[in-house]
Amino acid sequence: MIAILDYGMGNLYSIKNAFEKVGAEARIVTDGKVMREADGIVIPGVGAFDSAMKKIAPLRDDIIDTVRSGTPFMGICIGMQVLFEKSEEGNSEGLGIIRGNVVELPENVLVPQIGWNELEIKKHISLLNGINDGDFFYFVHSYYCVPKDEPAVCATVEYGKQVTAIAASDNVCGLQFHPEKSGPKGLTILENFVGSVKC
Amino acid sequence: MLAKRIIPCLDCDLAVPEGRVVKGKEFKEIRHAGIPWVLAERYYLDGADEIVFLDITASSDRRGTMVDVIKKTAERVFVPLTVGGGINSMADARKVFNSGADKVSINTAALKDPALINEITESYGRQACVVAIDAKRRYGDLAGHETVPTPQGKCWFECSSHGGRQFTGIDALKWAAEAEERGAGDILLTSMDRDGTKEGYDIELTQAVSDRVRIPVIASGGVGSPQHILEVFQKTGAQAALAASIFHYGEYKIGDVKKYLKENGIHVRV
Repeated sequence: MIAILDYGMGNLYSIKNAFEKVGAEARIVTDGKVMREADGIVIPGVGAFDSAMKKIAPLRDDIIDTVRSGTPFMGICIGMQVLFEKSEEGNSEGLGIIRGNVVELPENVLVPQIGWNELEIKKHISLLNGINDGDFFYFVHSYYCVPKDEPAVCATVEYGKQVTAIAASDNVCGLQFHPEKSGPKGLTILENFVGSVKC
Repeated sequence: MLAKRIIPCLDCDLAVPEGRVVKGKEFKEIRHAGIPWVLAERYYLDGADEIVFLDITASSDRRGTMVDVIKKTAERVFVPLTVGGGINSMADARKVFNSGADKVSINTAALKDPALINEITESYGRQACVVAIDAKRRYGDLAGHETVPTPQGKCWFECSSHGGRQFTGIDALKWAAEAEERGAGDILLTSMDRDGTKEGYDIELTQAVSDRVRIPVIASGGVGSPQHILEVFQKTGAQAALAASIFHYGEYKIGDVKKYLKENGIHVRV
């Protein structure tokens, strides 16, 4: 079972629908205990960093423990950003699961970035099976993640500068774009994640 | 670099169970194109970058149908879904979001109460609020308006409301700038002069609005062929093109249109 963490940051039905479309059993979960029983965990969400951190705080220990236990973990959009240590958007401390910070998009482009942008793959991971350089994904964001360790960056998009699109470290990955709104290619990524859960 | 978007628009009559897609805003020769979520899924699989549902139900007898249509669509369609028509308040918007829509498109309600734009974007984010503007060329009484040169002389653009049935006196170019300032994520710009004509988008209007805002402009109204879509991308700053009837009856397929655009140097997702 894949647990989609509901911590009060936006509508989660699209992501649930998308996981069901690729044949996974997905459940929207609010309780840390239920989350600990899941085979894979997804932190979705849209919104601001501080309010996300505030709402996710009661689940911090459950999240850290399940990450340490090796459970496959996926953060999407703001759910990716909370995996990092700090954000320019707020004052709260992040979960610190991936080393690095979240910074604002450059000033020479329209912020937020809203739309379909082309992926540049930097490092091939199993999540990217069936995905090619130049495939488009749907982005909605004003801030982006800068991992401290360069090898954590698996894919970027060009938006004023190279912006991290996918970061990963061990059993944890973060996607800045919305795979559930990125057409068949987005579903391929979710399917790959489900595949890693079953192994 | 962001791709230019191709957006099929489904005008939905929800007075019947399951709803039905009808042809455009011209009610003279209504042809039924199909069930909304069935068409939406077909367009999604064919490469649509986004889907727009416009509720044009004339009667008030539609309760629940839209919620059902959105839910069924969200189970099948994995690109952003925009819903417009009859959204008059934050409560209406919330209902649409809760059913699975990603964006709402507001027109008459925003003209009446512009603060609704702020309210929606503060709760759901800038990307979630599309402001739809139905604009008509006016060649008289230019005073006090932002004017644009056209082959027929200078004109200004007037906003209409209530699905084109009323005119407001509001200057569309000024209104677009205000909508951006209030937090709109996209401007869905329909030319009342071109809508239903199949003569091509209103290039002057689309250019004038894209010059004045930094948010994406979705060109709408008048498309009759893929060449018109190419033209609006080549001649204006439009980020997206909306089309309805050219896709509904299989005249053109979205995938073929995008291939054609790409061959002509337009950056699209194929």
